[in-house]
Order: sequence, then structure tokens, then C-alpha cells
Amino acid sequence: MAVIRDMMPVFELFQPASLEDALALLDQHKSDVWVLGGGMDSFDWLKDRTKRVSTVVDLSQISDLRGIKEVNGGLEIGAMTTLTEIVNNPVVKAKFGILAEAAEMVASPQIRNQATLGGNVSQDTRCWYYRSGWSCYRAGGNICYADTPTAINREHAILQQDRCVAVSPSDTAPALIALDAEFVIKSAGGERVVKAEDYFLGPQIDIMHMTALQPGELLTAIRIPATMANASFYWEKVRDRNVWDFPLVNVAAAMKVSGNTISEARLAVGAVAARPLRLTAVEAAVAGKPRTEETASAAGELAIQGAVALRYNAYKIPLMRNLVKRAIRGNAQATT
Amino acid sequence: MDFLTWGRNPWGQRILTHISWDLFWAALFAGVIFLVAHASYMILSSNRKRGKAETDALEAANKDLPEMITRHSFMARVFHWVMAFSMFALLLTAFLPIVGIRFAWVEWHWMAGLLLTASIIYHIIHATFFMDFWSIWIGPKDIPDFRAEMAAELAGSDDGPKTGKYPLGNRLYHLALVVVGLSVSISGMVMMSRVRQPIFERNPYILADTTWGFTYVLHGACGIALVGLVIAHVYFALRPEKFWITKAMVFGTITRRQYLEHHDPRRWNVKAGR
Repeated sequence: MAVIRDMMPVFELFQPASLEDALALLDQHKSDVWVLGGGMDSFDWLKDRTKRVSTVVDLSQISDLRGIKEVNGGLEIGAMTTLTEIVNNPVVKAKFGILAEAAEMVASPQIRNQATLGGNVSQDTRCWYYRSGWSCYRAGGNICYADTPTAINREHAILQQDRCVAVSPSDTAPALIALDAEFVIKSAGGERVVKAEDYFLGPQIDIMHMTALQPGELLTAIRIPATMANASFYWEKVRDRNVWDFPLVNVAAAMKVSGNTISEARLAVGAVAARPLRLTAVEAAVAGKPRTEETASAAGELAIQGAVALRYNAYKIPLMRNLVKRAIRGNAQATT
Repeated sequence: MDFLTWGRNPWGQRILTHISWDLFWAALFAGVIFLVAHASYMILSSNRKRGKAETDALEAANKDLPEMITRHSFMARVFHWVMAFSMFALLLTAFLPIVGIRFAWVEWHWMAGLLLTASIIYHIIHATFFMDFWSIWIGPKDIPDFRAEMAAELAGSDDGPKTGKYPLGNRLYHLALVVVGLSVSISGMVMMSRVRQPIFERNPYILADTTWGFTYVLHGACGIALVGLVIAHVYFALRPEKFWITKAMVFGTITRRQYLEHHDPRRWNVKAGR
């Protein structure tokens, strides 16, 4: 945990009432602006004074960014929709249960009442060295304090380590990847839509940012197509505490199963790399295979190929293997 | 405009982290300004080569020289283009991410760095034992030549002293590249201990935070300098009155006439074989 100083620094606060106004503000202030959603990640940064900005744009007044609506059999979820709203939404529960399950695993009920879907997927990493304000690569420095022989790196990455070994802490991100979601990004210049797995960046692409958002851009909505509606879902999160804890590893799987044969699978794992990883090799390997222990074991072994343990996180490798195995095999308690 | 970027180490001490990337834009701007200024100046300047009559006489007196004279051996050219390729790869992988073009650059960067370092080592050995080692360096002998050249330049005359194989500007450029190139290469090799690579086990603690800061600043400053140096070099290589030299770096030879027009045969004696 960062040292909490509980002293909000001085900044200029804007509370636009429309999306257009918000985008204009972001375009005007470019990189020296902080976007405030539910505030669950923001207030830590600002109060600890680890990050300082001159301008904060609070999105809470923009009704266009809230709500869940059905579109062509799928859903469009506003980025400011709270996690509790997602958990309780009947359509989400009926057709895309994995998202409801993932959202319900985030933090605590109080936090879920305030936290937003957009914020959950866009949140920064929890690496304590980074959060404590040390000048690591992610903070613009030239070292990773977690990736050294003496570092405390129990919760850090086992895959795609590239100078930075922090992990993505989001629970909803793997679920959205499994559902083939698309992220709608708007700016004063227009709109672009990116696939869920392309929204997240690894350190080899951009070591200072977790997402593909550029200065002046705003995540406005997440679209879930009907492709994986009512598929066979599997979601599991392993954490130290049963509530209010980030994942050690989480897994999300959406599969179309015909008889006992997996016809199509989408699988994503979180908290093992700086971005949630879609396991395309595993998906290709299990397609057309029976949903058996043998298939599941092979999938688990394939999933961890290339995993490299740091000093304290070797447990994540068998954990990830077993979670992928359980996802493929299915488990009466964990599936929806 | 900032020059340096600072951070704080775990003990709260202020430490250097790297140069400010504002300097990249400054170097780019300076390189372009130099280009424009020199190109403008060259419109008014004369092309300092021997006159036709003088060259004709020299050709007549040196008929024993071959029609085509080797300026750069095959291996010298291979080295040059390998170095050029690695230099471009290094600059693109270093600075495209800075300007916002995101891609996985680190691996390509250090691989190109290894190629550059290998080519530098090769060149040192090749130049020391197989080329005319002293022909590229500057020394006190260049001072009267420099004065005479400047006097001829100011008078708008073509009568200045002709050079050996490498003109003074060439040799000054090479000297700058030696300093910058060796610094960036050596600092880069040290920085290899920061990244995951298959050559040796990484250890980010071989230097203290402060020393790492200086290393990164040196590496970055050299990179910035190379932006300007490469702009200048490509510019001169493409200049019409220098293009015969550029062709020699591709094909290896210059004509006998070009040799006699631009060089002093006493200073670059091609009959001596180097």
C-alpha cells in the first residue's frame, strides 16, 4: 500500500454535463489532465500526491456515459456504469453471466457501488514500487524495482516481462476479452473502436501506459456482441482474501460446446502480465476437441509455455495452469 | 525546454534518469536548419575543384593511373553500409516511440546496437591494419590548410589547397562520430545489463542509481547528437557536387579525372596502393 497522506493537492476541477464538453476539455488540456470516473483509483493517486495534474475532469454528471442497453442481441454498456449496476442487470446475468460474475468479484460492495466499468478496465497497475512513487520505468525512470534479485514481487508478472513486470489488476477485462467486446474511444477528432485485447498495452509497446488511450481520448462505452451470448462460461479469481482484494490470477472463458465438443473458445487470463492475455494458442488447440480432462490438461500446459518466475511468484505458474485447466474442463461450482 | 529528467530513488534522493526528450526536437530542428542554411549558402558558393585546363594537364602527366581508381575497398563499403543500416535501425527504434509510434522496440534496438558495436570493432581493426590509418585524423598540419581554404572561400576563388583522400570537413565529422559513436556504443553495452537478453544474465544493480542516471544521460545525449550528425551526413551524401563520392561508397571507385580534380596526388598517392 502507498503511504496515504490524505491531502488533496490543488487542481482545477471541471464537471462537464455533456460528452462534447468533456472531450473539448480533454483536447484542450491534452496530457496534463486527469479523468475522474468513480474515483476508486484516482483518489489514491491524487491524495498521495504521487501523480500531480493541474486539471481534473469529473465525468459523473454525464448521463450519456451511463446505462446498459441492448443492441442487436448484444449490449452497449456506458463506461460510467457502476459495477453494481452490471452485477444486477438481468440481461447481463441472463446472456453474459461471466461479466456479472467478474464484476461481482471486484473489491467490496461499497466500492462496486461507486466503481465504474470504464475505470475498472482502465485502472493502473498495483505494483507497490510504482504506487509508492519510485522512479521506475512506468513512472518515466530507468529501472524496474520489482524485477531484481532482491525485489518483493509476489504479485508480479510471469509472462511478457519486458523491463516492467507489473500486472493488470482488472477483473472485468478478461471477461470482456472472452466475450469479444469492443471498446469505443472518442475524442474531439472522432471515434475509434478497438477490440478488447487491443485496448490493453504491454510494456514492450508502451511501458508508461496500461491502455491504448491517447491524450485527449476517452473510453465512452463497451460493446458486447451477441457472438458469445449464452455460451458456456467459466470465471474464477484466486486472491488472498475473499473480499476486497486484487487477483493473484483470474481466468475467464467463453465456450461454445456442442455435445461434449468444444466448437469455439475464447480464453483470457489476468494478473499474469501487464495486460490481460488472450490465450489464442490454447483456443486454437482446444477447438474441435472433447471437453475432457485430457484436453484440459494439455490446455493448461500450453497456457504456461514461456512463463518465467521472479523471486517470489513461481506459484503463479501452476496456479495459471490449473485455472486454465479448470476453465476448459468446467467446474460445477464456478461456471455460469 | 528541459535538458534533463530527474526522479527520486527509494531513499527520496533526487537522481538523474535520462535526458529530456525536448532535446530530440531541438536536434531535429538544428539538423534541418543546418541543411537549409548550407544548401542556401551553396547556391552562392563556388565548386572548389581544379579548373579544366589544370586537370587536363594533370591527366596528361598521369596517364599511368588507371581509368577507375579504387576509393573504398569492398570490405570498407560493407562496413559502411552495415553501420548505416544499424544506425538507422537504432535511431528509428529509439525515437519513433518518443514521437508516439508505439511498437515493441527494445529488442530491435539492442540487436541493432550489437550490430553497430561489432561493426565498430571490425572497423577499428580493419582501419588500423589494412587501411591508411593516419589519413582520417586531424592534426596541426591542417591549420595552415584551413586558413588557406577559408581565405579562398572568402575570396570566391577555386584556388584553395586540394586535399588528401579525406577533406578536413570529412575528418572532423569522423572525429565527432568516433567520440559520439564510441560513447553511445559503450554506454549501450553497459545498459544491456538492464534488459532481458540471451547473452548474459541481467543485473540492474551493477551500478548505483546516480551512475545509471549519468549512463542514461550520456546514451541519450549521444543519440540526440547522432540525429543531427546523420541528417548532416545524408545531406552531404546527396549533394549534387558530392554525389561522385557517394557513388564510390556503393561501387568502390572514382574516375581518374575526379581524383585529379579534387585531390592532391601528393597527399593521396593512389599509386602507393591504399
